[in-house]
Amino acid sequence: MDGMLFHAFIYLAAAVLAVPIANRLGLGSVLGYLIAGILIGPTLGLVGAETEEVQHVAEFGVVMMLFLIGLELEPKLLWEMRARVLGLGGLQVLITAVLIAAAALLLGYHWGLGLAIGLIFAMSSTAIVLQTLGEKGLTRTDGGQASFAVLLFQDLSLIPVLALIPLLAAPGLSGLWAAGPGGSGAGAAHGAISLVVGLPGWGYALVVLGAVALVVLAGHYLSRPLFRYIAESGLREVFTASALLLVIGIALLMTLVDLSPALGTFLAGVVLANSEFRHELQSDIEPFKGLLLGLFFITVGAGIDFGILSAHLATVIALTLSVMSLKMAVLLGLARLFRLQPGDQWLFALGLAQAGEFGFVLLAFSVQNAVIPAELARMLSLVVALSMLLTPALFIAYDRLIAPALRTGSAPAPDSIDELGTVVIAGIGRFGQIVNRLLLASGVRTVVLDNRADQIDLLRKVGIKGYYGDASRPDLLHAAGISQARLFVIAIDDQDRAVKMVEHVRRTYPTVKILARAFDVRHLYLLQKAGADLVVREVFDSSLTLGVAALKALGMHPFKVERMARAFRRHEAEGLTSMYDLWDENPDIARNLVLQARIREHVGSLQDALNSDRLQLHDRTERGWTPPPRGFNRELDGDE
Amino acid sequence: MPSHEPLAASPGRTEVGVTTDRRRILCLFAHPSIDRSEANRPLFAATAAVAGVTLVDLYAEYPSGEIDVDREQARLRGHDVICFMHPLYWYSTPSIFKEWQDLVLEHGFAYGVGGTALHGKLFFNALTAGGPEQAYCAAGYNHFTIRELLCPLEQTARLCGMVFLPPFALFGARTAVDEGRIGAHVTDWVRVLEALRDYRLDLAAALPLTKLNADLDAILLEP
Ligand SMILES: Cc1cc2nc3c(=O)[nH]c(=O)nc-3n(C[C@H](O)[C@H](O)[C@H](O)COP(=O)(O)O)c2cc1C
Repeated sequence: MDGMLFHAFIYLAAAVLAVPIANRLGLGSVLGYLIAGILIGPTLGLVGAETEEVQHVAEFGVVMMLFLIGLELEPKLLWEMRARVLGLGGLQVLITAVLIAAAALLLGYHWGLGLAIGLIFAMSSTAIVLQTLGEKGLTRTDGGQASFAVLLFQDLSLIPVLALIPLLAAPGLSGLWAAGPGGSGAGAAHGAISLVVGLPGWGYALVVLGAVALVVLAGHYLSRPLFRYIAESGLREVFTASALLLVIGIALLMTLVDLSPALGTFLAGVVLANSEFRHELQSDIEPFKGLLLGLFFITVGAGIDFGILSAHLATVIALTLSVMSLKMAVLLGLARLFRLQPGDQWLFALGLAQAGEFGFVLLAFSVQNAVIPAELARMLSLVVALSMLLTPALFIAYDRLIAPALRTGSAPAPDSIDELGTVVIAGIGRFGQIVNRLLLASGVRTVVLDNRADQIDLLRKVGIKGYYGDASRPDLLHAAGISQARLFVIAIDDQDRAVKMVEHVRRTYPTVKILARAFDVRHLYLLQKAGADLVVREVFDSSLTLGVAALKALGMHPFKVERMARAFRRHEAEGLTSMYDLWDENPDIARNLVLQARIREHVGSLQDALNSDRLQLHDRTERGWTPPPRGFNRELDGDE
Repeated sequence: MPSHEPLAASPGRTEVGVTTDRRRILCLFAHPSIDRSEANRPLFAATAAVAGVTLVDLYAEYPSGEIDVDREQARLRGHDVICFMHPLYWYSTPSIFKEWQDLVLEHGFAYGVGGTALHGKLFFNALTAGGPEQAYCAAGYNHFTIRELLCPLEQTARLCGMVFLPPFALFGARTAVDEGRIGAHVTDWVRVLEALRDYRLDLAAALPLTKLNADLDAILLEP
């Protein structure tokens, strides 16, 4: 217990100290974590042998990250990416592996050993790349998307590569390790239990298909009623627990059938991307992912073996640089082939040039299977770590050298769909529905949130897409994309919460315009004071419409009624503006005598405005279309 | 409604040979503050009582200014005479008529390729003007005759293949009631409507006039 607390303290302290500084210096959080790891590991020696264990736990951060990425990616989008995943990703892995194998062959190594090393180095770091792209806001760029496609393919290829490696063993080596663990398939990588040991090929295929089908079907049909049931209980932490349960459950299922857990949760994420719980799940998993990934990066830093490094410094550095430049060259060639934009080509090539966390896994597995000698593996794992350490520097190079040059060139045409921007709507009751329908019909993208799961469910049945979640929670608003939204519409019926929401959004996202629904004048003023840009009283317009209908039903000329309504609206708006300051001095209307007097005056002047003597003709409704006085043309005649 | 064959657009054409026994008249009326009207209100009331005339209060039908184009076009198709009834505002119509023209007189309906829906129909204004008649001439303070001022409408009618008749006009409208002129004007208006309806208005004689009601006896044929 003491040991655990001590280590937790060390890891957290290192992160808390190093990450903000690295971020401030523009190095990004990944480099911050890596440096923190180096500090507490090899440099200060505060942590040691347990880092490897911690790393296995922390790798779960990658699994969660892929779940979150899946949530962002609707099935349709994934399907649209298929050409890139298979083409770009497949070629990248293949060409890189073959070239490195060829180089190894030239250096006199066995071809199997060379191919194993090639495959290991073909992998890039999903964790570093996606985290950095997200931090820099480059995820949605063409280069970001292409990088993602390649990473996805690498993830997919992990399973066949794990199956392939035992077959690559050089005859001499395998004899030495013949008694060791190995040859039992991918499950041996972590020494986990496997359900598929000893199954024939077709049986394994069936089990895999069954597991994938289970994830898809359960994700689609089972998880939603379950989430709805939990949401209705109103217990937040239980919802968080069930979100974690989902991710861990799928990861477990995947390891049982020798599939990549990251891939399984990614799939589950995609399945749930269309569900109403998407944003809630996102904001629940996000903090865990962040912490675990951070921990993962720390362990990478802490795991660097300075002993070996200093012994083979020149070799390690030379190897790292050649691997990275080779990868970069392949990536750049493929980027050209797939016609990425010039700037995106560089982002793609620099970003994916490192080796990745899968490299560690594959190295360990190769050693177990007697494909790579342990001595060599230790050095190669240094190369992997060093290349990861260098990646943030490459991103910085992209930022400083390539991105500015692009900005001076011709700017890309703005995306026509997103031109109007996204609108986040909180509350999809009677009020929010109308707003949402109008915006949707006008081609505006909306993200609708409501904290009543049954309401969201009902709307989904009639084809309106909303998400479950309490929009007054900052993390949920964030997950819904408020930071990129143009407008935030508050249409909930909880008055106090609406005011708090305005305060929070105004403070945290000063550029988002806030449009809010008010219950009455008092609430309207409160919302205005909190910083809402526009506030509309919820029943004002409908009441006025009914009043108009009443006057028409009494036989008053419709155009006159229209003018009365316009005058009424104007008079009301002026009154509200003019009374705000009085209200602000003392919002307690019962005690605010000046305000009371002003309200009386306001109500009285309305009657004047609408009922004044027709002959005076100076009130609002009658001013328009007043003919000149009767004797008017006599003056004109005189002028002639 | 008896079967109808549209009138030819040529101005010289007389009533002979037309197969319908009655023209269908559409009076589009616009006055934004009818409560205070002295001249147009009695005209409106009298019009409503004439058989065979469709009377539409545009401001009542479209108080927010949102004109139903299909409905208006159907109305135009169903009538042979189109009349704009209105006070003269800034030498033109009240604004809703402009909106009405901009929206209803579509290409392909009123003009251009296939735009023959209005061909052969009669068009005219029934207007009231605050200024005295003598002001509406080159020497008067309004400098132009009322027909000159209505040129945009005349050309609009021509482009749509309609026959433009001179306006049925009341001048000095602000003092017409006080001076006891309104009763006779309303009577004349009803006579004109009935004559138009019954093919008793001599179009050839009326066309060159400055105003339709210059000398009614000269252009109206007795029943
Ligand atoms: C906005 C406005 C513009 C007017 N412009 C003119 C004008 O250009 N020429 C004119 O002779 N009278 C003009 N008048 C006077 C009206 O034509 C006159 O008041 C109207 O014909 C009287 O009819 P009513 O009693 O039905 O309202 C104008 C009146 C208003 C209110």
